[in-house]
Amino acid sequence: MRGVRFTAVLGLVLLAGITVVFVTGLLSYAAYNPDLAAVNDKTPEKGWLGFYLFAWPTGPHWLYRLTQGLHVTVGVVLVPVVLAKLWSVIPKLFALPPAASPARALERISLLLLVGGVLFELVTGVLNIQLEYLFPGSFYPLHFYGAWVFMAAFLAHVGLKLPRALRILRHGVIRPDTDELASPAPAEPTVSRRGALAVVGAGSLLLLITTGGRSFDGAPRRLALLTPRGGAEPGSGPDGFQINKTAASVGVTAADTGDRWRLVLVGPAGEFRLTRAHLLAMDQYEAALPIACVEGWSTSDQRWRGVRLRDLAVRAGYPDGAADVLVESVQRAGPFRTVALRDNQVRDPRSLLALRVNGADLSLDHGYPARVIVPAAPGVMNTKWVTRMTFGGL
Amino acid sequence: MRLPRRWYGAGPPHLVLMAASFALAGYAGVRLLDAGGDTTLVVLWFVGAALVHDLVLLPLYTLVDRALCGPPGRRNELVNFVRVPALLSGLLLLLWWPLITRRATRYEPASGMSPDRFLGNWLLITAVLFVLSALWLAARTARSRRRATKARPPDSH
Repeated sequence: MRGVRFTAVLGLVLLAGITVVFVTGLLSYAAYNPDLAAVNDKTPEKGWLGFYLFAWPTGPHWLYRLTQGLHVTVGVVLVPVVLAKLWSVIPKLFALPPAASPARALERISLLLLVGGVLFELVTGVLNIQLEYLFPGSFYPLHFYGAWVFMAAFLAHVGLKLPRALRILRHGVIRPDTDELASPAPAEPTVSRRGALAVVGAGSLLLLITTGGRSFDGAPRRLALLTPRGGAEPGSGPDGFQINKTAASVGVTAADTGDRWRLVLVGPAGEFRLTRAHLLAMDQYEAALPIACVEGWSTSDQRWRGVRLRDLAVRAGYPDGAADVLVESVQRAGPFRTVALRDNQVRDPRSLLALRVNGADLSLDHGYPARVIVPAAPGVMNTKWVTRMTFGGL
Repeated sequence: MRLPRRWYGAGPPHLVLMAASFALAGYAGVRLLDAGGDTTLVVLWFVGAALVHDLVLLPLYTLVDRALCGPPGRRNELVNFVRVPALLSGLLLLLWWPLITRRATRYEPASGMSPDRFLGNWLLITAVLFVLSALWLAARTARSRRRATKARPPDSH
């Protein structure tokens, strides 16, 4: 059953799947607008690896929800395929001599990067979405640079093996004695090749069923029985939807957000200190937007209500409402307590400094007194408990 | 061109591909090593992931499977009805170990959701997988029995 045909099928599935995960991963990095300001960039040493960066758009408003949901869900669903693929090629690890020529020696070193890389990416990713930060350092640089090391080996591997995999699937194994993965003296098979592929598929399907629902509210999420952010919502009512980080977990207290709270608005027009009542007295707009986290979970659209960011930009001294903005939070902990938004995000009429959600005042955990919500932006760019907004001059 | 090819063991495109791959891996790799506080630990995680898989995880599940299947040569048709649900359940446990074992201590404070549900859900899913497997076996046995009774009396119709 173990043999090059089994490996070829899994290889092609991985070629498609890993391409999706890699491209959506690159998009996720672009979604943070790392080239806009140092505070957005967790990998400032990236050099040429940021060659493709572009201004992240604000539409469609579910863009990041889709790309990051795909990144994490496809990544999780691929785990059984990766494990089966590694199982299928294990005879190669013990092949003798270890390297018959310099070419084979280079290939073996490359395979270490390939296998180490795919497992490193899966392990850091799966641990990160469970908030279990065991890995040595910050998740962002480890997962980002690790992905490029892996992709370097992956591209070489595809270049070397894809022609043979396609040939095997098209024409079959013409000379079985050249199948170096098949056992020379196989025991009586307990499962057919098709059966083994079905088991791998069942593993992926099981993970999809128990994981996929975390990208939706309500019934699909309840069906996601075994995955972070799966099951029943954390609360009920208008603000019962998913919370990325609770107020308590980042050191935000009622005192920070009580009557003494002010929004400090800074720009060419000067510095203004606004109370929540001031903000409520400005024109109020509504936008239906999701929260979509880098961890891959997301909520359905919530009805946010508040002041347009571009109206605040006008107030700060940009008459056309277009300027970058540095947003600071009251929160004391967390790598994204300060973030920068680009002028296209500020200008979008759906971008709000929200004061209410689903017909009620924001709860403390959802960012009371005021939070940013921007279409298609990663969750952490939608700063909660906003205390200071500096327009222009990034 | 002949001599280098014989010495190297593959054609020039192979060498170019390898060189390009290692150049990119090196460029990203030095950044990866700097990413954590501790270079040795990053190497350990990267190489260790491959070693732990190849030399611990894979032999471990192979041995468990061997034990389950009994001595080689004695073919047991029923083993797949135990081994498939066990494998799927083990896969879930491997992936969500921190949540199932309640080691993910940041989960509840951050999300406001209790991780207590995961152990129960994992056991529930495992039970469902074994029940489905048993139903499959029962259906298959019933079908083969029916086929056997149908095939036996040739003079009945």
